[in-house]
Amino acid sequence: MTQKNNRLIIQLKDVMRIYKVGIERIHALDGVSLDIWENEYVAIMGPSGSGKSTMMNVLGCLDRPTAGSYMLDEQDITTMSDAALARVRNERIGFVFQSFELLGRLSALKNVEIPLIYSRDGWWSRRKRAKQVLERVGLSDRVKHKPNQLSGGEKQRVAVARALICNPSILLADEPTGNLDSKTSDGILELFDQLHREGQTIIIVTHEESVACHAKRIIHMKDGRIHSDLPREQDPVINSVINNEARQEK
Amino acid sequence: MIALLRIPLAFFRLFYQSVYLALGQIWTNKTRSILTTIGIVIGVASVTAVIAALTGLKTKILTQVETFGTNTIFVYPSRPNTGPLRNASWWSIRFLPEHLDGLLENCPDVSRLSRMAHVGRHTIRAGEKSVENVNVTGIEHSYHEIEHRPILTGRTFSVIDDEQVRQVCLIDPKLRDKLRLDRDCIGQVIRIGHQAFSVVGVIEQRPEMRFGEGGEEYYEVFIPFKTAFKLQEPWIGAYAASKDAAVLEEAQAEIKFFLRRIRNIKVGEPDTFRVESLKSALETFNQIALVVTMVAGGIVGISLLVGGVGIMNIMLVSVSERTREIGLRKAVGAKKSAILTQFLIESVVLCFIGGLVGVGFGQLLTMAIANIPKVELDLAYIPLWAIAISFGFAGSVGIFFGMFPAIKAARLDPIEALRHE
Repeated sequence: MTQKNNRLIIQLKDVMRIYKVGIERIHALDGVSLDIWENEYVAIMGPSGSGKSTMMNVLGCLDRPTAGSYMLDEQDITTMSDAALARVRNERIGFVFQSFELLGRLSALKNVEIPLIYSRDGWWSRRKRAKQVLERVGLSDRVKHKPNQLSGGEKQRVAVARALICNPSILLADEPTGNLDSKTSDGILELFDQLHREGQTIIIVTHEESVACHAKRIIHMKDGRIHSDLPREQDPVINSVINNEARQEK
Repeated sequence: MIALLRIPLAFFRLFYQSVYLALGQIWTNKTRSILTTIGIVIGVASVTAVIAALTGLKTKILTQVETFGTNTIFVYPSRPNTGPLRNASWWSIRFLPEHLDGLLENCPDVSRLSRMAHVGRHTIRAGEKSVENVNVTGIEHSYHEIEHRPILTGRTFSVIDDEQVRQVCLIDPKLRDKLRLDRDCIGQVIRIGHQAFSVVGVIEQRPEMRFGEGGEEYYEVFIPFKTAFKLQEPWIGAYAASKDAAVLEEAQAEIKFFLRRIRNIKVGEPDTFRVESLKSALETFNQIALVVTMVAGGIVGISLLVGGVGIMNIMLVSVSERTREIGLRKAVGAKKSAILTQFLIESVVLCFIGGLVGVGFGQLLTMAIANIPKVELDLAYIPLWAIAISFGFAGSVGIFFGMFPAIKAARLDPIEALRHE
């Protein structure tokens, strides 16, 4: 499981996230410990209410743990100010959302540039870097197009380009194929595979086995805890799906 | 060094980016932006137009003061505003010629005095030609120095003209030309009413821009003070000059004191006359201008307030429409301050555009005002400081009313915002 030759990127220790709803206390995360190493490709799975969204928010530094500690790139996230967290999100995390979250009035290029607007050093080279990263996701001919002139798959590629522009430590994708048909989904997942081969650390949050089976490590969540954490080859759920598909093909 | 440069650079970056985004946003919502800024446009347009009108009036009055001298004093009877004499007949408070005797000797700061006998407007004839509505005034010798209006040809009135009540007159060049008199018209005869007067001199034309009578043709005939009584009972006043401009107010006070004694006005009773100078007229004007400015300012304040509420409303709509955008921006690393700046600058830019259009409309209004005939506003113009004030106000409205929506946007939780439908 441990990959000694790679850097430790994420280290969660006994992380709790407790919401108060009225007098009730909801343990969205109930003591989660997790290590993720550089260039891992992880899928976090679980039914709704299992805590995977909260997990994604905490990993993405959008939310702070109520208790426990979270080290990202050897930095303690738990005690950071809002402004420092914003900077961490800007420099170390690339988000890909289910509904793309592109700004309709901006061109693909301008959309990709957005994170660099808030970056200290990237601002001056934003145009050049946005073009490079659009080329990397295979959209160099769609630079000037606005989101409504792009197909769903192209939109998600723009979103991936936007996530990559700051060279993040982790690419965090929340149901990245949830709004796409199966064929375009395959395209996006191939893009993720390619990024993984290029050395990108990727975490996908999904409930679809067909998406999760691209990852190398599968984490199942249940009731705010990690239910299982195994390499893909050993994961029973994924294996049964793959076996089913193989049987159908016969 | 680089670290020192970083702060202004970061500020510039944020500012540039926010203005860029704001203009894009305003351009996307053109109709809405136009409707929103109407309040600001009206406010700024009216304040600039009012200031322009007042500035024009002031310029006119100042020009007047310069042409007529800063030490000229006008004395004329006037009903007081209070006391038993406030309804007195004009006849009872009129000046008699002897009221002004001895004034020069008793008022050390007054250097010259000319009693004035206004006999109203008459029709002047010379041969077949006639001119109606010519102002006829009886004057004394000092008039020329007090009003800075020398004789162009011929002579002034002599003491003998006055003492012997001679029927002689001075006319202005325009009247001479209108009556088709010779260029050197000395000795020619004109008729005022039914009486014949011989012209002894041509007096310099009075300056064009005189406050109070705009545009219409204006001709003057001057006759010796005592001769005026032959035409009709004149309305008597006086023009005086102080030794210099610095002692103008002292001279006015001395004249007042002297006249109160001569006219037997008891202590505590109000004056039955006025001793005015263009300087005091200027002060009166300044007071009126201040009141007008304050009233206009109040109206403008209300319209800016209404405009500001409109801006706030539209910014709140904008924040709620763009909740997901705000969530996205925060997720990719926008700090609170960046979101705050973005929305604040958007509302300020909106107000500035309103201000710009407002100044444009104000200029049009000013041009319209300046072209109304006979209203003395032909010199109206918008001074640079008024434009600065307008933009200052517009900007303040933007900051003040944009602050609440901007804070609201900055405080949004990114997780909630991204979940917003």
